[in-house]
Amino acid sequence: MAEMMELVCPAGTPAALRAAVEAGAHAVYCGFADETNARNFPGLNFSRVELAESIAHAHRHGAKVLVAINTFPRAGAEETWHRAVADAEAAGADAVILADLGLLAHTAEHHPGLRRHLSVQAAAANPDAINFYAETFGVRRFVLPRVLTVAEIAAINREIDAETEVFVFGGLCVMAEGRCSLSSYVTGRSPNVDGVCSPPDHVSYEETDGALAARLGGFTIHRSPKGAPAPYPTLCKGCFTSEGVTGHVFEDPASLDASELLSALADAGVRALKIEGRQRSRAYVGQVVRSFRAAVEAVAAGRPVPPGTLAALTEGQAATSGAYAKTWR
Amino acid sequence: MSDSAAMIPILPRPLAAGLGMLPLAPLGYPLSTLMRRVIARNPGLIERLGPYRACRFAIDPTDLPCTLLLHPDPVRAHVSVHSRPPEAEVRIAGPLAALIGLVHGAYDGDALFFSRDLVIEGDTSAALALRNAIDDAELDLAAELALLAGPLGRMLDPLIDMVARASGVSLRRVEQNG
Repeated sequence: MAEMMELVCPAGTPAALRAAVEAGAHAVYCGFADETNARNFPGLNFSRVELAESIAHAHRHGAKVLVAINTFPRAGAEETWHRAVADAEAAGADAVILADLGLLAHTAEHHPGLRRHLSVQAAAANPDAINFYAETFGVRRFVLPRVLTVAEIAAINREIDAETEVFVFGGLCVMAEGRCSLSSYVTGRSPNVDGVCSPPDHVSYEETDGALAARLGGFTIHRSPKGAPAPYPTLCKGCFTSEGVTGHVFEDPASLDASELLSALADAGVRALKIEGRQRSRAYVGQVVRSFRAAVEAVAAGRPVPPGTLAALTEGQAATSGAYAKTWR
Repeated sequence: MSDSAAMIPILPRPLAAGLGMLPLAPLGYPLSTLMRRVIARNPGLIERLGPYRACRFAIDPTDLPCTLLLHPDPVRAHVSVHSRPPEAEVRIAGPLAALIGLVHGAYDGDALFFSRDLVIEGDTSAALALRNAIDDAELDLAAELALLAGPLGRMLDPLIDMVARASGVSLRRVEQNG
């Protein structure tokens, strides 16, 4: 039997973390309830006490906890991010997921025993960048941006001496992550600093005669006809009319589902598989984790991946294999 | 969890019509008592709501001829039942089974939104805060009702099961292991 790829699963609340662990997560990633993590939504995330209790729960069940501190500190407010790293280590985190060069340097210097992963927010997408982070800051694992093909991932793995982790399910960010400022143009707030793409206080919905209009910062960015699936209210999945043509300018609303590529990703040298969705419910977490745990066990045993049953959970109720097998239009 | 939003049960029309003939105002008292009890037993729920605890949430079961208005602020927590849509900062609408299923962790809120089974209007931040707070609280409405009934709680079990069978709405929390 081949070595099983590690399943890294999302948790936005302690209840979701427990659901992930019970469903078979090898590791769970989560963050503090502030701007230090890139899923800074109302009612979501962990207090210091909740994190320590949740890590203890995960460890009792043989699962690891990775703490995402993956936004970019504001100048003059670095202490908030430094304290997050120190508190994650004190709570017993198995690793921190970081993106900012300064925070990586601080963590390597002041918390040398704390394992460091590079967040997708750092957008390290080639061997030179990865080797720089590994050699300079002792980063052990790299979450690769969702813009690479399987062949490109295999090529990267041949030229680095570190683990790679790739997204296999959930919301699909089609931009160079950590660099995208689309949300900022409309709302004045950025996923990279504030931890929110399309902050909900700038989002509103209006249903008229069955058609659902989604507005961001007062701009209508999508209109779903009666009965049609609705997408997240993000500009990159917005539907616009220009010169008489209406369409999705950047990407169709669809979720990533790479379950059929797991064997290829294993052959490409990928160490860990990441499920997106810290903003989702414990119902989502439980169902997706169970499905992918069965899939990675099948891959490790050389069996076919069981057919997926997750279509109802996908954005726009549509799935794509994303860039892994991309044919650009 | 349901694999398909299409599997969400809709309250049978005769049952919904029958409920619509009940006087609505008296329903507010037991529902308020239930909400106060849930809040008292789950302080994390209010912490997660944060500043949105002061909001009024209109919970609109689209297969029932009434709307619940929740005001979760612990100082004056109360629920009222209205035959017409009440003024509120947030309106969350969907089939009763979907709304209760969200409480019980049977459904995912985003998936219900994608499938258009759930409609959110008003303050989106407050709606998200409420959804996340309730999801973390791992509530079981049947258990809460039984606790509220005190020594008579166990006698409620057959009644709760009968209502669930007749309505198609699960009043108990779904076990996630499976």
